[in-house]
Amino acid sequence: MTSVLYDAQGPRAKQRNIVYTVLFLLVAAAVVWWVYDGLAAKHQLDWIKWKPFFTSSQPWQTYIWPGLQNTLKAAAFALVIALPLGALFGIGRLSDHRWVRMPAGVVVEFFRAIPVLILMITANAAYSEYTTISSDSRPMYAVVTGLVLYNASVLAEIVRAGIQSLPNGQTDAAKAIGMRKGQTMLYVLLPQSVTAMLPAIVSQIVVIVKDTALGGAVLTFPELLASVRPMSANYGANTIACFTIVALIYIVVNFALTSFAGWLEGRLRRGKKSTGAAPAGGLETIGAPALIIDDGRAV
Amino acid sequence: MFDFLEGYDLLGAFWVTVQLAVYSALGSLIWGTLLAGMKVSPVPLMRGFATAYVNVIRNIPLTVIIVFSSLGLFQTLNIQLGASDFTDINFRLAVLALVVYTSAFVCEALRSGINTVPVGQAEAARALGLSFTQVLRLIILPQAFRSVVNPLANVLIALTKNTTVAAAIGVAEAAYLMKGMIEKEAQLILISAVFAFGFICLTLPTGLILGWVSKKVAVKR
Amino acid sequence: MQLRKVTAASAAVLALALTATACGSSDDKGGDSAGGGKKINIGIKIDQPGIGLKTPDGKYTGFDVDVATYIAKELGYDAKDITFKETKSADRETAIERGDVKFIAASYSINDERLQKVDFAGPYLLAHQDILVRADDDSFKSPADLNSKKLCSVAGSTSAQNVHDKLAPKAQLQEYGGYSECLTGLESKAVDALTTDDSILAGFASQKDFQGKFKLAGFQMSNENYGIGLKKGDADLKKKINDALTQMVSDGSWDKAVKANFGPANYKNEPAPKIGNIVK
Repeated sequence: MTSVLYDAQGPRAKQRNIVYTVLFLLVAAAVVWWVYDGLAAKHQLDWIKWKPFFTSSQPWQTYIWPGLQNTLKAAAFALVIALPLGALFGIGRLSDHRWVRMPAGVVVEFFRAIPVLILMITANAAYSEYTTISSDSRPMYAVVTGLVLYNASVLAEIVRAGIQSLPNGQTDAAKAIGMRKGQTMLYVLLPQSVTAMLPAIVSQIVVIVKDTALGGAVLTFPELLASVRPMSANYGANTIACFTIVALIYIVVNFALTSFAGWLEGRLRRGKKSTGAAPAGGLETIGAPALIIDDGRAV
Repeated sequence: MFDFLEGYDLLGAFWVTVQLAVYSALGSLIWGTLLAGMKVSPVPLMRGFATAYVNVIRNIPLTVIIVFSSLGLFQTLNIQLGASDFTDINFRLAVLALVVYTSAFVCEALRSGINTVPVGQAEAARALGLSFTQVLRLIILPQAFRSVVNPLANVLIALTKNTTVAAAIGVAEAAYLMKGMIEKEAQLILISAVFAFGFICLTLPTGLILGWVSKKVAVKR
Repeated sequence: MQLRKVTAASAAVLALALTATACGSSDDKGGDSAGGGKKINIGIKIDQPGIGLKTPDGKYTGFDVDVATYIAKELGYDAKDITFKETKSADRETAIERGDVKFIAASYSINDERLQKVDFAGPYLLAHQDILVRADDDSFKSPADLNSKKLCSVAGSTSAQNVHDKLAPKAQLQEYGGYSECLTGLESKAVDALTTDDSILAGFASQKDFQGKFKLAGFQMSNENYGIGLKKGDADLKKKINDALTQMVSDGSWDKAVKANFGPANYKNEPAPKIGNIVK
């Protein structure tokens, strides 16, 4: 594991590393002890506050699991709708025709500028005004709509950057063998840019999962974070315990998502011997290369 | 139609939003840069810390972080950040939480920026005998920053909108006022529209100006 | 191979999008007024002990829930026909206007702004803004003491706005998204008092984890007339609900519900209010 940023480490540097490590661990241990002590002194670690989660399945059955289901459902729907929509708008912004490029640009910029929460509220009102969706499923529709509008515009930017990151030679070659514009996009540019886009798309998926929580804040969408409120009201305001448990669930779910995507990305990269979007010699040797949105350069 | 706006300090609320956004932006730029530096540093522990930090923080909803900063840090561990009354304490805690959260994204953006700098740059710098921090500070980061203006602009826009979450601990910013107005006036849609417009006024120019800046400073290679 | 993947993916996307639009197109607009085996949707709170709470076994308890169940029974609905729906404070008027719920019993105080949008039956309970303090804290003698104290309430709530505007403008007010956070602060002495309607406070204080830990100060700092919110202009429903409320008081169920839900908290409830008598 060497990097071009620094020379290979000699014995002295290695010793220094050990000193740093020990110092850091000491500080970390001190902080952990201090937090533990503070929480314990304020009775936040009392067993009675945590007991419900470990001795009974009820809080999981009644609050957390249904909440998690709703969160995942909304995120999944939002993703599968936003992804193609985003691709469409991203490609639209690259169009040669002004009348396609301009509206696509306006839509993307507009929906990126508004807080998702407000999009959700508006969608909720619109659905109740103009459709016959039942009031039970309306919050879900509104949440998904808000997420789709916002994330499609962000994904559009990612797609646009991913396609722009490909070398011009790809387009030229496609033209040379007589492909039309649509064919070039579908068979040459899109498939190649997917690898470059993946890390950015994955971050966006995580954002989608977390943003479902906005639906619980104002609309009555019973998602994971919203389950904290009735739960802590029942168990003697063990707010810190409830939030901790829920935060851990979010971390596990999102970590699973990112790990899966990392694995997928590795497979995609291995599958193709070379693409224009593959790293052309970045500086970093650790971690997955990431795409830079909008500067037309993938690494 | 908009007479319900009377008696509310809309501008004041949005001013708090702007303050939150600006302080948090500065803070997260600094902390995010440090994190990115750690992530490419020679010390394995620093790399591990930065990676773990980004992975954990990015995966938690901001609401949880903000509520923890108030319930955990202030109410339980008694950290007041040098302020004495609730308004100041909450404001500072909100900035702290926003910095903690946003810096993870700044770090990621910057890391990808570091990747765009050609290898030759770092090699040349090392050949001159520059140390790791010098390579990073003098050669790599200045070039990296120039290539990530646009991603950073996206982070800043997201941050501006994320300040609305500070209402969860009672910082009197735009979303807090919106909540109060909805409770009192029973005008959900109109009030939402007004605040949506306010946010567009804040975020659209940010995006456009920084988009222009990014074109100006982009490194031509 | 790449192409096949893309095609498969887009097919999956299409299929999912279709199912998304296909499901849930059934229409139930708050239940029928006729009753008799029909369903009814009622708006309540699910995070206020004593008022409306979703308990770990998935059931709902609280005074508002009892009142709502009684009214529904009088309107001709069995307990099993009732669907309780959470209505957040911000969403109550719109939920009624849209017909998501037939009526709302959710610590919903009657005021002029709300009366422009919805009608109210009742009131069925007269609550007052009060404070909840630690049981061993005797420093609160009168509402004037609040000015030098650290208070906590829910962000944007009427109680919080009252503190800012008239009750204790000089007091420090911590605001959170919910009451539970305030109680955590009260427990750890970061705040001195939680302020909101005494009915809600009584509900929290009488939870088994809290019994003996907190007490109500008994300040009557405002009048909150809890009413049953219903669609504007539905005079028929309003009359039926009012009749049901009158009967609930006269047959003793009202007293029983108050005792059962607020009992253990040293909460002295007001006598049942007379229908239409809004205490300013």
